Amino acid sequence: MTETFYEVLRRQGITRRSFLKFCSLTASSLGLSAAAIPEIARALETKPRTPVLWLHGLECTCCSESFIRSAHPLTRDVVLSMLSLDYDDTLMAAAGDRAEAIIETVKEKYKGNYIVAVEGNPPLNEDGMFCIQGGRPFVEKLKETCADARAVIAWGSCASYGCVQAARPNPTRATPIKKIITNKPVIHVPGCPPIAEVMTGVVTYMLTFERIPELDRQGRPRMFYGQRIHDKCYRRGHFDAGQFVEQWDDDPARMGFCLYKMGCKGPTTYNACSSMRWNGGISWPVQSGHGCLGCSEDGFWDKGSFYDRVTGIHQFGIEASADEVGGAIAVGTGAAIAAHAAITALSRLRHSEPQNEKQGENA
Amino acid sequence: MLSQHDIQDAMRHGRQVYSVYVYEAPLRVWHWFNAVVMTVLAVTGYLIGKPFPTLFGEAADHYMMGYVRYIHYIAGYLFALGLIARLYWAFVGNRHARQIFLLPFTEIEWWKEVWFELRWYLFLEHTPKKYLGHNPMALLMMFFFFTIFAFGMTFTGFGLYVEFTGSGGLGDWLFGWVVPLLGGSQQTHSWHRLGMWLMMSFAALHVYAALREEVLGQHSLISTMISGWRMFKR
Repeated sequence: MTETFYEVLRRQGITRRSFLKFCSLTASSLGLSAAAIPEIARALETKPRTPVLWLHGLECTCCSESFIRSAHPLTRDVVLSMLSLDYDDTLMAAAGDRAEAIIETVKEKYKGNYIVAVEGNPPLNEDGMFCIQGGRPFVEKLKETCADARAVIAWGSCASYGCVQAARPNPTRATPIKKIITNKPVIHVPGCPPIAEVMTGVVTYMLTFERIPELDRQGRPRMFYGQRIHDKCYRRGHFDAGQFVEQWDDDPARMGFCLYKMGCKGPTTYNACSSMRWNGGISWPVQSGHGCLGCSEDGFWDKGSFYDRVTGIHQFGIEASADEVGGAIAVGTGAAIAAHAAITALSRLRHSEPQNEKQGENA
Repeated sequence: MLSQHDIQDAMRHGRQVYSVYVYEAPLRVWHWFNAVVMTVLAVTGYLIGKPFPTLFGEAADHYMMGYVRYIHYIAGYLFALGLIARLYWAFVGNRHARQIFLLPFTEIEWWKEVWFELRWYLFLEHTPKKYLGHNPMALLMMFFFFTIFAFGMTFTGFGLYVEFTGSGGLGDWLFGWVVPLLGGSQQTHSWHRLGMWLMMSFAALHVYAALREEVLGQHSLISTMISGWRMFKR
C-alpha cells in the first residue's frame, strides 16, 4: 500500500496543526466554504498519493521558479511532497538513466492514475530536433509519458499557448501541448509564469478531489481565470473616473492613476494577479506602476506593443492599429467623396446644355 | 427608366406611377433611430479606446469613463434590439423590408444592373435609372457594409461586453464564444474598432450618395425615408 499525503507529511516532521492550517488555506484559495476543510484533510489523510510527473520541454523554467516560491506556509514542504517529485528533471536528485527509469516505473505501477505536468512545449520542426532529452526529441518523450496519464496539466503560457518560442515566425514550430495530446484532458494554467498559489491550488484541487477543476472555453480553471485583471484591479476606480497616467513620469503616474493609456492589458487579460497578487501577496505589476503585459493570454507576444491601448493588427502586413487602418480608410473615403462630388459638378456644368437639348427633343 | 420588376409592379396596379409607397413607418423610424444610435456608438466607442485627457482630483469626484462606457453599452443594447426588431419586420413588412437581408446574387439581370449603376457612378452613363427600393449598387454596399457589419459589430460588441460578467452565466453562454474565436480579447477589441471605422466610412458614402441621387437622380431619396413615398421625376 502506498503512503497517503498525511503519512508523508508526518514522516517529514510536520505537525497536525500545520497540516490543518494548510488545509484551510487551500480551501480558501480555491474559493471553497469552511465545510470543505475537513473534506480536504480527510482526503489527504486517506487517499493514496497520486504521483505527478513533471516534464520540461522548450521553456525557461520560470514556472518552476514561481512554483517553488508558493507562499503558503507549508507549500515548500507539502506540495513538493504531494507531487512526490517522482520525476522532475530540474529538481530531482537522480540523473541520467536512473532518472529516466522513474517514468517507466510510474507508468507501469500507476497506469491511468498519474498526472503529467508539462512545463514548456515540444518543437516539431526538423523532427523535433530543437529539444533533445535523453538522446531523443522531447515530443516523443511527451507522447509516451502522457499515454497512460489520467490528466495533463499544461504549466504556463508555453505549454498552454506556445508563448515566446512560438511567437512569429516560430522557427522551431513550438506547439502547444493540447495540439499534441489530443486524447487526454489538458488543463491550461497560463501565465509567464503562472502565480505560484494558482499552480499549487490547481494541483491540490486535482489531488484532493480526484477530478479536474471546472474549466472555461480555453481549458483554464474558472476559479483562477474566470475574471479579467481589470475587473479586480485596485486602480479600477481611477479608470472609471477617467484618471489616467499619460506619461511614465507625470503626476498621475506618481498618484497611482490607471495605466490604461500606457497600454495596460488588464482589460483583456484573464488571470488572478489583481486578487491574489505575487510573492506572497507583496505586490503585482500594476501595483509596482507598470501596466499588465497580458502574459496569460494566447499569443501575447504577437498582439502588438505592450505600451499601446489600441494595438497593431497583423493581418495588414506592417503592424498597423485599427485607428491607423480605419482612419486611413475614413480619410480615403472622404477624399473620394470630395473628388467624386467635384467631378459630378464639373460634368454637370459641361453637359448641362446638350442634356437640356436632348430632354427637349424627348419631350 | 423603371427597372423591369418595378414596371411589372406598376402594371399590376394598373395606373401610371408617379409616386409609390416604399418604406413603411417602422422601417423609417428604424433608419433614423440607427443614425442617432450609430453616431453615439462611434463617438463613445472612439473615446473608450482613446479616452479624454486625465482628470485630476479625487477619483470619487469623477465618473467620466464610467459614463462614456455606460452610454456606449446602452446605445449598443438599443442598436441590437433595433436590429432584432428590424429582422422581425423583414418577415412581416413589405417586399422592400427584406431587401437588405436577401441579396439576389444568383440573378444575372441584377448583376447587370449593378454594372450599370457602377458605370453611372463612374460618370460613364448620363441618365440614371429609377428604382423603387435601393438601386442594385446601393443594395450591394448596404448588404456588405451595413447588414454584415451590423451583425459583426453586435456580436463582437456583446462578446466584449459579457467579459465583465466572467465565465459562466447567460451572457457567457450567448456570446462567450466570440472572443476565443477571434483569438482573444485584444484582437476582438481591434476588429470591433476597425469595424467602427469601416461603418463610419460607409455612413459618409451613404450620406453623399443619397444627397447626390436626390439632386441628380430620377426619383426622391431623402424625403422617401421621411414620408415613405418615392416620387419619380418625369
